[in-house]
Amino acid sequence: MIRLDRVTCRYGREPVLLDVAMVVDEGDFVGVVGPSGSGKSTLLKAIAGSIRPIAGTIARRKGLTIGYVPQVETVNWYFPVTVREAVMMARSGDRLLPWASRTERREADDVLDRLGLGGLGNRHIRELSGGQQQRVFVARALLGRPKLLLLDEPTSGVDVRTRHDVMHLIHDLHHEGLAIVLTTHDLNGVAAHLPRLICLNREVIAEGTPRQVIRPEVLERTYGAPLEVLSHGGMPVVIEQYPDLEAERAAQVLSFPEGHHEHA
Amino acid sequence: MDRLLEPFAYGFFRHATWVAVLAGGLCGLVGTYVVLRGMSYIGHGLSHAVFGGAAASFALGANFYLGAFTWGFVSALLIHAVARRRTIGADAAIGVITSVSFAIGIAIISVSGGFTRNFEAALFGNVLGVTVSDVLVVAGVALATGCIVFFRYRALLFATFDPEVAEVSGVGTKGIDATMAIVLASTITATMNVVGVMLIAAVLVIPPVIARLLTDSFHRMLWISVGTGALCGFVGVYLSYYLNWSSGATVVITAAVLFVAAYVVSTVRGRRIPDAGFEAH
Repeated sequence: MIRLDRVTCRYGREPVLLDVAMVVDEGDFVGVVGPSGSGKSTLLKAIAGSIRPIAGTIARRKGLTIGYVPQVETVNWYFPVTVREAVMMARSGDRLLPWASRTERREADDVLDRLGLGGLGNRHIRELSGGQQQRVFVARALLGRPKLLLLDEPTSGVDVRTRHDVMHLIHDLHHEGLAIVLTTHDLNGVAAHLPRLICLNREVIAEGTPRQVIRPEVLERTYGAPLEVLSHGGMPVVIEQYPDLEAERAAQVLSFPEGHHEHA
Repeated sequence: MDRLLEPFAYGFFRHATWVAVLAGGLCGLVGTYVVLRGMSYIGHGLSHAVFGGAAASFALGANFYLGAFTWGFVSALLIHAVARRRTIGADAAIGVITSVSFAIGIAIISVSGGFTRNFEAALFGNVLGVTVSDVLVVAGVALATGCIVFFRYRALLFATFDPEVAEVSGVGTKGIDATMAIVLASTITATMNVVGVMLIAAVLVIPPVIARLLTDSFHRMLWISVGTGALCGFVGVYLSYYLNWSSGATVVITAAVLFVAAYVVSTVRGRRIPDAGFEAH
């Protein structure tokens, strides 16, 4: 579907992506992990075609339709649009008339129903819960009938239950044949459950299954900080360590006399 | 009743009413996009830039509308180009380009023979002095803008709400930006003589803000904004006849009164003031 070959992108003088090579085929489900500023969102935008690389090539299969779901943090929630108006934006290029055709309305209703948003079409987007808001933008992407779905941090800023619902929906879409690339900060809750991961820090540090790439040496190169990895039920679990804080806490405990610990 | 209809017996007042209603509706339509794109300040700045073009065309003996429009369009494109580089903010780019343009206009006037009636009208508005051709120019710009909004409604909405995803989805956002620059420059040029350069930003911004306070739906906001703009134009010109106030100022004061009413209504209804809706995103 998509092949990136030695792709370099930059904002201003600083390269954000450096010599990135990556292939996405039909039915792939890829997670991109890395620290803030590592180029995850830029990689998605390069795949989507909204950023042009200054070096390297991006080859897309002819006629490939891409759905892009932005980070919800970037959405202007006070913009006056209802759920239906937001979803119908996917059909901006299809028809000159401003109002939706009967077919378009039916298709939009089908997508909204499928994502559990049926009956919410006339609500303002701000009036929805976190998970529903995320699903509105997935619905907009799906209405464009994509073959490849790009999701930028689909679970950021949501609670555990909502994250579970969103990931369940994304897995369902993958099982229906959509190729998916998503970015995430969440190594345990999201990345560890995906079939393939790319560790990114401007350049690709490692690529493979979670068990292949969620390893202390790879994570230290990716995040620049030591991370411990345990195994739980055959799945890697990342433990965050704060050696400085732990040493400070130990010192504080030692400096208080017996009986003052509870107050300290 | 005769007393109420008295002003309409005069041809100049009928022209004034037509042009004020058309200009108000046009500004309400264009202003919706201006406000939602976080460009409220560009309306204010561009009206000053257009004044520079009007002065230059006067000095060169060129057509007033052509000179003002060209100058405004080039200024709008320059603002977009400077703002895209992100080194300085869009507000600073607007401040530099439009202030310089306004200063050039003032300089040209000072060299070419002082402050004429035409420039006074351009600065402060003189709706009662409009001619049939002025009405036709505003009507033409309103019709063309209406057609652009009608046939590009979906793309304009997408590019206004979420330009990055719109670009990915095949909406040419650079083309939309250029279209908006043309529409804005045309609107300001055409309506300059009605409300004046100094007050035009208010007519562009207040009706959409009123509409935003009253609805959460984009298409309803568009209709309410157009209707409010047209109503402000009509009521403002009508009252200015009896109060003997400046027509432009009366239109803006009418809009301000409606804004206060909408603010009270939205507060009573418990709607939060959607301040973030007016910021760039």
